[in-house]
Amino acid sequence: MNVLERFAAGEVEAFEPLFRQHQREVYVWIVRIVRDPAAAEDLTLEAFWRLYQKRDRLDPGANCAAWLRRVATNLAIDHLRRFKPTVLLAAEPAGPNQTDSVELQEGRAAIRNAVNGLSPKLRAVVQLVLIENEPYAAVAESLGISLSAVKLRVFRATRILRKKLKEAGVWP
Amino acid sequence: MNAEIKNDRDTEQLRKLLQDALPPIGSTPSSRDFWPRMLRRIDEPPSCIPPRVPWFDWALLGVAAAALLLFPALIPALLYHL
Repeated sequence: MNVLERFAAGEVEAFEPLFRQHQREVYVWIVRIVRDPAAAEDLTLEAFWRLYQKRDRLDPGANCAAWLRRVATNLAIDHLRRFKPTVLLAAEPAGPNQTDSVELQEGRAAIRNAVNGLSPKLRAVVQLVLIENEPYAAVAESLGISLSAVKLRVFRATRILRKKLKEAGVWP
Repeated sequence: MNAEIKNDRDTEQLRKLLQDALPPIGSTPSSRDFWPRMLRRIDEPPSCIPPRVPWFDWALLGVAAAALLLFPALIPALLYHL
């Protein structure tokens, strides 16, 4: 009997190993979409809380990782709807860098603004497909849509971004 | 065919620009263990705060009540549809 089967059978103690098994994966997935570590932590807990509340109706044969990823993606998109990004990750070039020209810094800021101006659904796809290089199939599964729908969203987002970057003088 | 190749090239160029401005997070792990927070949440007593009702639900209720007051003949029709 695996951990999910034990948990679905009513063994509440099995929730901890289940949580520890998937927490990192869920957190990383969310932080890739929202790019805010504190928010990603809260949303990770929310995703697992939903799993915990659903324990009586869980299908023991279900793919727990896929289910969690789907819930995590929906929560992350809801978060993007509610909050405009204000926090930059440590990896993001936030402040002026001695080696970067002003033009380069302005270009990066324009790109970030263009991405932030996309609708949450398009932003999530841009983050996952174009920035994080996630396979289309994984993104489609996490969003609960078809592969062609993901491609269409990428196409639409690309067109909008190109237009915005052209206006900002970043796109040739 | 040429348009497709150009489109792919444009997407790749855009990908590079995006990754330069918003570096990929990749699989950077969080060293934190969230289990203690999860445990606190599980142990919290259930909240007694009533669920928030959106304003348009109240507006709809108001309109329905006003309609029933002004046109009592609608009551049988409403009951039929319930």
